Amino acid sequence: MTTKMMGERVPRVEDDRLVTGNGRYSDDLVPGALEMAVLRSPHAHAQIVSIDVEAVLDLHGVHAVYTYEDLTGALAEPLPLLIPHPTLTHGRTQYTLAKDEVNYVGEAIAVVVADNRYIAEDAVDRIEVEYKLLTPVVGIPAARAARDLVHADVPANKAATMHQSFGDADAAIDAAPHRLSLDFTIERSASMPLEGRGTVARWDEDLNRMSVWTSTQTSTGVRAAVASKLGLDLGQVDVVTPDVGGGFGVKIMHPWPEELLVPMAAKALRHPVKFIEDRREHFISAAHERGQEQHIEVGFDDEGRMQGLSVYFWHDNGAYTPYGLIVPIITSTQLLGPYKPPNYSVTFESLYTNTVIVTPYRGAGRPQGVYAMERTMDAIAAHLGKDRVAVREANFIQPEDFPYAQGDLLFQDGRPLIYDSGDYPELMNKAKALIDWEDFEAYREEARAAGRKVGIGIACYVEGTGVGPYEGGHVHVETTGKVKVSTGLTSQGQGHQTAFAQIVADELGVPFESVEVVTGDTRRSPYSVGTFASRAAVMSGSAIALAARNAREKALRIAAEALEADVDDLEIADGIVRVKGAPQSQIELGTLAVLSNPLRYAFDEASSAATQFAVGDPNKPPVDEDDEPGLEGKDYYSPMRCTFASGIHAVIVETDPETAEIKILRYAVVHDCGTLINPKIVEGQIHGGVAQGVGGALYERMAYDEYGQLQNASFMDFLMPYVTEVPDEIEVDHQETPSPLNPLGLKGAGEAGVIPTSAVFASAIEDAEGFPITAMPISPSELYALRLEHEHDKDVERPAK
Amino acid sequence: MSMTDPISEETHPVRLRVNGISYDIDIPPRRLLSDALRHDIGLTGTHVGCEHGVCGACTILVDGKPTRACLMFAIGAQDVEITTVEGLTRQDGTLAPVQQAFKDCHGLQCGFCTPGFLTTIAAGISDNPDPDQEQAREMIAGNLCRCTGYQNIVASVLRAAELQREEDAS
Ligand code: FES
Ligand code: FES
Repeated sequence: MTTKMMGERVPRVEDDRLVTGNGRYSDDLVPGALEMAVLRSPHAHAQIVSIDVEAVLDLHGVHAVYTYEDLTGALAEPLPLLIPHPTLTHGRTQYTLAKDEVNYVGEAIAVVVADNRYIAEDAVDRIEVEYKLLTPVVGIPAARAARDLVHADVPANKAATMHQSFGDADAAIDAAPHRLSLDFTIERSASMPLEGRGTVARWDEDLNRMSVWTSTQTSTGVRAAVASKLGLDLGQVDVVTPDVGGGFGVKIMHPWPEELLVPMAAKALRHPVKFIEDRREHFISAAHERGQEQHIEVGFDDEGRMQGLSVYFWHDNGAYTPYGLIVPIITSTQLLGPYKPPNYSVTFESLYTNTVIVTPYRGAGRPQGVYAMERTMDAIAAHLGKDRVAVREANFIQPEDFPYAQGDLLFQDGRPLIYDSGDYPELMNKAKALIDWEDFEAYREEARAAGRKVGIGIACYVEGTGVGPYEGGHVHVETTGKVKVSTGLTSQGQGHQTAFAQIVADELGVPFESVEVVTGDTRRSPYSVGTFASRAAVMSGSAIALAARNAREKALRIAAEALEADVDDLEIADGIVRVKGAPQSQIELGTLAVLSNPLRYAFDEASSAATQFAVGDPNKPPVDEDDEPGLEGKDYYSPMRCTFASGIHAVIVETDPETAEIKILRYAVVHDCGTLINPKIVEGQIHGGVAQGVGGALYERMAYDEYGQLQNASFMDFLMPYVTEVPDEIEVDHQETPSPLNPLGLKGAGEAGVIPTSAVFASAIEDAEGFPITAMPISPSELYALRLEHEHDKDVERPAK
Repeated sequence: MSMTDPISEETHPVRLRVNGISYDIDIPPRRLLSDALRHDIGLTGTHVGCEHGVCGACTILVDGKPTRACLMFAIGAQDVEITTVEGLTRQDGTLAPVQQAFKDCHGLQCGFCTPGFLTTIAAGISDNPDPDQEQAREMIAGNLCRCTGYQNIVASVLRAAELQREEDAS
């Protein structure tokens, strides 16, 4: 029997090319391509009075300059609103190049194509634009106040107001023995992959085809956009995703203006063109996420059981809404986590500001929802003087409750929010054991005696993963016995080539080494959705498993004929089909691939076995009516709804009594993503997510000034964690509650690490300091200021007592 | 220069020594070493993550010392020996200890930051062949990675040093 690959810590097949410098990222492709640079708005809000490109036109090395005036057909229309929603009453998207108005610093106004980027940038500097400045709206308070409008035709800066509820939250809160009213804020951050955006295109005049390579999380999405905007047939456009240097959500946004302008220019100039974003551009013209203000009303009983929960939040969607309301919808639904309030009401306003657009960043609205919910849990515990874990346990959905419907809420896929499986109490037991929850008070006393301040935090989350509509898999056995697998969604470092090969090796019964997986190539997989929402393993993993089973079934059928045996007596191992108990009666998969394809012409020795005088029943057509030539299997996986992963994080921090510096002493993660394909890869995902979470909780923010200028648009000033900022060790424990919704019991794992981090740090810092933490991220100086404030409050209170 | 003057892209012959091979290229004085390596010589293993000297993705070895290729002009790099990630791999195609260690320890995900870590660590373990955990962290403290959370990169440093010591002993 072939060694089982599922669940094994198999080393990655991607690594050889990547550690030798042989990876192929967008900027490594098509040497000799012309390069594009973009003129970006220096103002957050302005009318464009005129654009003068005269000074650029005759420059040596410049091939073209484009402004809005040069766009035709669908390209002159606004960019697509990708995910419309009935409550998105005032959705707005930008133009590929700004028309009349700019709404954030960084918005594309003109592009220059030149011999190289140096010349293109010089040329961009010479374009003269006359602006009439308008007052920018920056930050949620300004958007809510609506003294100025981002879009003149959008009243109150409201893109959408959306409400969902079940039960009667207000009545339940009024009737509850205890009530709390809470306010929280959370700031912007961004995906910030090490590789920015990048697109290369080549128009082939002879073949009448467009080839696009782009650093994206959805090759099929970009393909559809390029075709429709450039007036090409879908069948004329190939989009290939090369190696991608990280995505984390920002690259699911598409089409970026540059993803359309590069192919447009390549076609017009009949020369390959590329655009490679620099770091500053990534800060000001890609996408951000997270920024929300939240107001919560909660009523609960003496045990801390929620009776009613009412949430109102304001979501900063930036200047435009190309990705619809996905982020705030996820916040409003995933906020509930592993808990079951009997009455829930949530309303959000999605607000325009003159800042970079907001689209999903790893976690995609969940970190904010979990933050709101977990802060509330801590507040309930503090109010009742109860253990924070006990309050959470009192509210948990129980194992016997599954499948569990959160009322009749609709999730981000427009489907009912029904959790498929999980075991939250057991997960909590694991978390408590891993972080030594029960021993912490003794540790705190010890630390206190030594003049140290420590705190412990805990935070739970549930994550809807594997969102539809579908993904496909294609498994092809070549006559050499090699197995070529394709799936349409893309990879940004998650080790899909390895994980999917593990699945095929097991399902088909072939050596892992003979399987080769391709992702994100529309020539191989024209039907696909993309990589986001922790869906790759669930969706493509399932589709590939089904495809491999189809290929296996066909192999067995052909083998049964060839070996004159019954299908049920056959087994496949190591790429060889054998009659059970009669090992001399066997045939290789490669040979079956030859037999599966009846030939007229022999081109080598193997294929001569399949020629017309060698095989076939003369009384039947060479390919049966319901059959196809070739040994391959294809299938799609399309789930009824999401599968729900879950987890709990715990952290112990120490806060410096003098400087308020926050130090991480221990960080523990328990995690349930159903059946594990490759624990090594899953742990890697968790580590990376936690590091991003640490950044989001303690360091990263987008420091906009009142004029809408991003003050920290460089790695110098935006504090992304180095190794020195992350814990020495992230302790991880797994629980496997298989999903009943897909063939392998998979749940997603990609975002888990980052979801509860702001919540868990707020919990721990609050525990260390003894006063509420209501705004994240938190820096030492902010913590210091809070200390002074609370000292002051105490001093003021004292005389009154 | 007034705004309407043509941009001067006068080129100069430049000889670079990279991974033991001499390359003659013609480039303008302002060409960054990172761009010259990647686009004029075609060694695209050196990556550019920030172009302002902070992320470390472009780290190469200049006379054996980790150096940020995005902060040097190619024209000024003529009298030095440059090693890029491509040059870490042995002549016979076998992986250097640090490359093998990254594979063993899952020290990379997207691989974009990886070349800069590999060159940095290769130099680091030749300076300090037996780093402890703290020194391993110190060694990589100037490089950014957005994917791995660094846990497995620290493990890779320790593993690389171990493989190097084994190799030196045999
Ligand atoms: S690209 Fe040179 S340090 Fe970032
Ligand atoms: S592996 Fe992706 S940035 Fe380090």
